[in-house]
Amino acid sequence: MTRFAERTAPFALLVAVIALWEIICRVFNVSEFIFPSPSQILQATIDYAPVIAGHAWRTFWVTMTGFGISIVVGVLLGFLIGSSRMAYTAVYPLMTAFNALPKAAFVPVLVVWFGIGIGPAMLTAFLISFFPIMVNIATGLATLEPELEDVLRVLGAKRMDVLMKVGLPRSMPYFFASLKVAITLAFVGSTVSEMNASNEGIGYLLVSAGSSMKMPLAFSGLMVIGVMAMAMYELFAVIEKRTTAWAHRGQR
Amino acid sequence: MTPFVDFQHVSLAYTDALARAGEYAVEDVTLSITQGEFVAIVGPSGCGKSTFMKLTTGLKMATRGSVKVEGQPVTGPLKIAGMAFQAPTLLPWRTTIDNILLPLEIVEPHRSTFRAKRDEHMARASKLLATVGLSGYEDKFPWELSGGMQQRASLCRALIHEPKMLLLDEPFGALDAFTREELWCVLRDLWTEQRFNVILVTHDLREAVFLADTVYVMSKRPGRILSRREVELPRPRELETTYTDEFNRIVLELRTQIGHVRST
Repeated sequence: MTRFAERTAPFALLVAVIALWEIICRVFNVSEFIFPSPSQILQATIDYAPVIAGHAWRTFWVTMTGFGISIVVGVLLGFLIGSSRMAYTAVYPLMTAFNALPKAAFVPVLVVWFGIGIGPAMLTAFLISFFPIMVNIATGLATLEPELEDVLRVLGAKRMDVLMKVGLPRSMPYFFASLKVAITLAFVGSTVSEMNASNEGIGYLLVSAGSSMKMPLAFSGLMVIGVMAMAMYELFAVIEKRTTAWAHRGQR
Repeated sequence: MTPFVDFQHVSLAYTDALARAGEYAVEDVTLSITQGEFVAIVGPSGCGKSTFMKLTTGLKMATRGSVKVEGQPVTGPLKIAGMAFQAPTLLPWRTTIDNILLPLEIVEPHRSTFRAKRDEHMARASKLLATVGLSGYEDKFPWELSGGMQQRASLCRALIHEPKMLLLDEPFGALDAFTREELWCVLRDLWTEQRFNVILVTHDLREAVFLADTVYVMSKRPGRILSRREVELPRPRELETTYTDEFNRIVLELRTQIGHVRST
């Protein structure tokens, strides 16, 4: 396959899917209240553009703030449990148990604590997305080659030296891989929270459009959230490639 | 003259439970190494050769007996040693030269002046790379080098801070025969020039005889020193030496002892 074909393949597929969707909707005359066609969704997006943009912006910055918190907390916790056996044994089971809880179930509790609005959405985004970051940083640190550690220790390296010179750079590929997973989770978290406890954001837009039978608008909201999550995913993929090229040498 | 490295009846068990059960990784090792001596330790797999290295560098403490280096009892990691292993263990995110400079970022007194003297260090690292035949590879990443080249770089990293002692744990084990012999000569030349102490742990008897002043044969677990053999072949030794009768006689003699170890 040529490079050009490889690059354009995803877009070609996208166009094909949209075309097929449009054709099916038209041929079978599917009602827009059941399943709107791409052209109807596009029309709704244009008609409601300012409204959608407002909600999208709100969801975007709330998600990114929550995600920012989860990077800070995830890296710190990951560093802690990855660098100490004791902390690893103590913290890990608890964290796994916590991660098994459905984060949407936290929303009512967060509403009681922080009220309707940005608080619950931000925190849900954080709660759902810090776990993969933490686990990946910890794994990167904990799987250091013992020989390498010996090489540094006979030079008089302290535990901190080993972590800073080797452990952290070594876990960077794990870190960026986890960011790609975590950012999509963060959008799930904020949207779910907005659906339950907000008067703004894409989540709220979805619920209100659905309840007033504006299906094209609801679909438009879904598209917007999908595009935002995908764009952020791609952003982190690019950063990952730039900063940790050494870990992806096989893919060149 | 006090010996540079002095082992007196040293035993090591990795855990207290193993010590109580009397299961030692090395047992009752007594030997002394003079300043600048090239020592090779040979023996079957799992005989505690690597353990011996960890004892010498202070990465592990003896369960019984005493380990002295330069007349001082070893109480912790030594800081005068450089190490290289069978795997080159270079850091893939650093260029070759940055990999080699790594020890200087850690070991005192270079650590505190590392930034200020960076150019000086770079020059020294380049010179060292040139002596092992890696000129022009400074800015390549380790994964752009062949296995033999990586191992050369790993040797440079072990030597950049001019250690008094070089510890090598089967450093050429994963290389092909020609590259291996080439690196024997690289190591020989480095040692001839700088005269640091070398402790070379190896399976390869020809390697041991070609390079070392003294070869120690260890038994299988628990590791004991079975015999000590001085290699009186004249220096400088060339690769042709390895095809002489004298050389082969010594190799065979050592091989017989190892064979003996196996059968008991």
